[in-house]
Amino acid sequence: MTSCNVKSKGSPDGTDDAARKVYVAPGEHDEFYAFLSGGFNGQVSVYGMPSGRHLKMIPVFSQHAENGYGYSEESKALLNTTYGNIPWDDLHHPKLSRTDGMADGRFLFVNGNNTPRIARIDLTTFETVETLEIPNSAGNHCSPYPTNNTEYVVAGTRFSVPISDEGGIEDIELEKLNEYYRGSISFIKVDDKSGEMDLEFQILVPGFDYDIANGGKGPSEDWIFFTAYNSEQATTLKEVNASLHDKDFVAAINWKKAAEYVKQGKYREIPAEYFHNKMDKKTHVASSEVKKKVKVISPEECPDIMYLIPTPKSPHGVDVDPSGEFICVSGKLASMVPVHSFSNMLKAIENKDHVDVFESIPILKYESVLAAEVKDIGLGPLHTEFDGKGNAYSSMFVSSEIVKWRLKDFEILDRIPVYYSVGHLMIPGGDTHKPDGKYLVAMNKITKDRYLPTGPELCHSAQLIDISGDKMKMLLDFPTIGEPHYAQAIKADIVAPKSKKIYRLDENEHPHATLKEADTRVERDGNIVRVYMTAIRSHLAPDNIEGIHLGDTVYFHVTNLEQDWDVPHGFAVKGARNAEILIMPGETKTLEWIPTKTGVTPFYCTDFCSALHQEMQGYARVSPEGANVPIKYWLGDPKK
Amino acid sequence: MKNLIKGKSLIVALMFIAGSFMISSCSSDDQQADKSPSAKSEAGESASVPEYGVGPVKEVSVSNPPDEALAEKGEAIFASKCSACHKMEGRYVGPAMDGVTERRNLAWIMNMILNPEEMTKKDPIAKKLLAEYMTQMVYQDVTEDEARAIVEYLRLNDTN
Repeated sequence: MTSCNVKSKGSPDGTDDAARKVYVAPGEHDEFYAFLSGGFNGQVSVYGMPSGRHLKMIPVFSQHAENGYGYSEESKALLNTTYGNIPWDDLHHPKLSRTDGMADGRFLFVNGNNTPRIARIDLTTFETVETLEIPNSAGNHCSPYPTNNTEYVVAGTRFSVPISDEGGIEDIELEKLNEYYRGSISFIKVDDKSGEMDLEFQILVPGFDYDIANGGKGPSEDWIFFTAYNSEQATTLKEVNASLHDKDFVAAINWKKAAEYVKQGKYREIPAEYFHNKMDKKTHVASSEVKKKVKVISPEECPDIMYLIPTPKSPHGVDVDPSGEFICVSGKLASMVPVHSFSNMLKAIENKDHVDVFESIPILKYESVLAAEVKDIGLGPLHTEFDGKGNAYSSMFVSSEIVKWRLKDFEILDRIPVYYSVGHLMIPGGDTHKPDGKYLVAMNKITKDRYLPTGPELCHSAQLIDISGDKMKMLLDFPTIGEPHYAQAIKADIVAPKSKKIYRLDENEHPHATLKEADTRVERDGNIVRVYMTAIRSHLAPDNIEGIHLGDTVYFHVTNLEQDWDVPHGFAVKGARNAEILIMPGETKTLEWIPTKTGVTPFYCTDFCSALHQEMQGYARVSPEGANVPIKYWLGDPKK
Repeated sequence: MKNLIKGKSLIVALMFIAGSFMISSCSSDDQQADKSPSAKSEAGESASVPEYGVGPVKEVSVSNPPDEALAEKGEAIFASKCSACHKMEGRYVGPAMDGVTERRNLAWIMNMILNPEEMTKKDPIAKKLLAEYMTQMVYQDVTEDEARAIVEYLRLNDTN
């Protein structure tokens, strides 16, 4: 009965073949790393492919109780914004850094959609090392998109808002909103060596909704393409009012030309307040800087940087094929995929083949730019990726299928059902000029009956599909965490050899590090008590502390003295109102504790580190405010 | 001497610790084993283990009296990477260091520093010590030169 069920829903060729293809024996490693966005959990989850093994959760825009990210004193600053410390965001699109148009395995960039931010994850440590708030943005959805040598990471706003020339977002009557609002496309310069981000300039664009973007490659590599919907500029009941025209747009932006205009000084600098938060590599402490200005340019003052290509209603994904010639647009409400031609676009620009002008931006003629329409492709096309063998694969949200079609003649070749309502799809390198067309991952929005039921709330599901042959084959179902909006995958051998195993103690420059047990101590400065503690299998030093009083703020600065791979220690103290912390070998982390009750209070290591882990514990004595109990501490010898 | 638990209670405590070690061994200890570089080789080779143990160092050439500059370097490394578990006098997390250069082959000491996981699996003395102290000697990412300096520090300590 079960196998019958599996066959009908899953692999039509039987499960044995599929099982062999995804089986990674115990102790063996996967061929690919896959980075799946966590959506509303604000995190990125890392999977091994093809096994579907979950390898790690990388907290980015959300606090993570598991290791203290966003709770520890070192990491708190990464969540700073002009709205305060925001411990959550809706993380949408992961994009790997690129060299010569190919994923280079150095960094992963991700966007915070709700409180607009871009973050950078360092792939030697798989940790978030930088977050940058984006001013003049709302619903930072069409981001982050790296150019082919990661010269820039581009971020666009989904909601247009009334951006004030005096800085900030204006307070205006909503009924007049569409007279004032604008979109912004941000160009974040990425430092060649360090990867550090810097918001170099923004293009202020017409008040549409900007949805998804992707960069060109080869002949089109100076361009980046955005889907723009709500050409009606509606501000209410958009479900109806943003669907009145028969076409919306693809906005084509020449980023190289825009950058040249900025270099020539053709920008205005306007006030803008935004946070730039960085994790220091040596101290492992994040700090924040508040930036006050941003350079802006407009298509009116800088001609030839932006063109509008009409495209069927409510476009979502925009994907450029590996050759850089075809721009495939998925109109959610259309049952076909229009494929625009980059060379046609250039010709139309040259011939001034315009049907209209929108706020000085030429609208090119649809028929002049179009290469073909892939007809009857399915219902609700959302995204397209490529296999590098001349084929494209589009996801159909409404008809729950992946459709394979050919770029040569735009013929449909194959279709496979997915379960259910697929959103994004991903082929390793499928957005680069040289995809690795072996596997495809479908990220489904609805799970329903695919797994054992877990009440009303279910994990989202991903499905791994073999695309190495003529016919697509379903290989594997695996649950994902949060809601994956897109993913990236890269050959493991590009990333794994550079993966850090420990932090070296002799490189630890944390201001409160304790590099040897002899230096452990407790110091009072007013009502601040700092515990300089070390952890090694299987004791914390000191493990007996007296002289803490109610009204004190205690900082446990715990340094893990281990220098061996995968020997973290944890630290928790009873009544702490934040998380525990996990301290990697050679690292120093700080937990803030404001005692609220007098009495002897235990603390302990939370990570089972050795046979004597349960003995890795200690006591802090908390006395009433003003009590005559001096600071005293020891390990093993109270006379110290 | 510095044991907090004495007499009968020590035996009870050790039995308890040994018990919990056995229980946990199916999870955490097996994981440890998989991670160590020697995971793929067979255990139980202790019969043929040479005097210098298991590791990259086979012999150590020494000068007499010990080289004080080298010993000073060793002392600094010992303070940061070893002293959390080893004191000169008295049992701590691991054995006391006093007299260690007389008890053990110098190359054995270096291999214990450089290759502790494999040593406690294969070398008969190291295996016995693990059973006695119940805490795996920690790999501390010490280089061969640094281990040599530590040995010089221990030699100097033993001549004084």
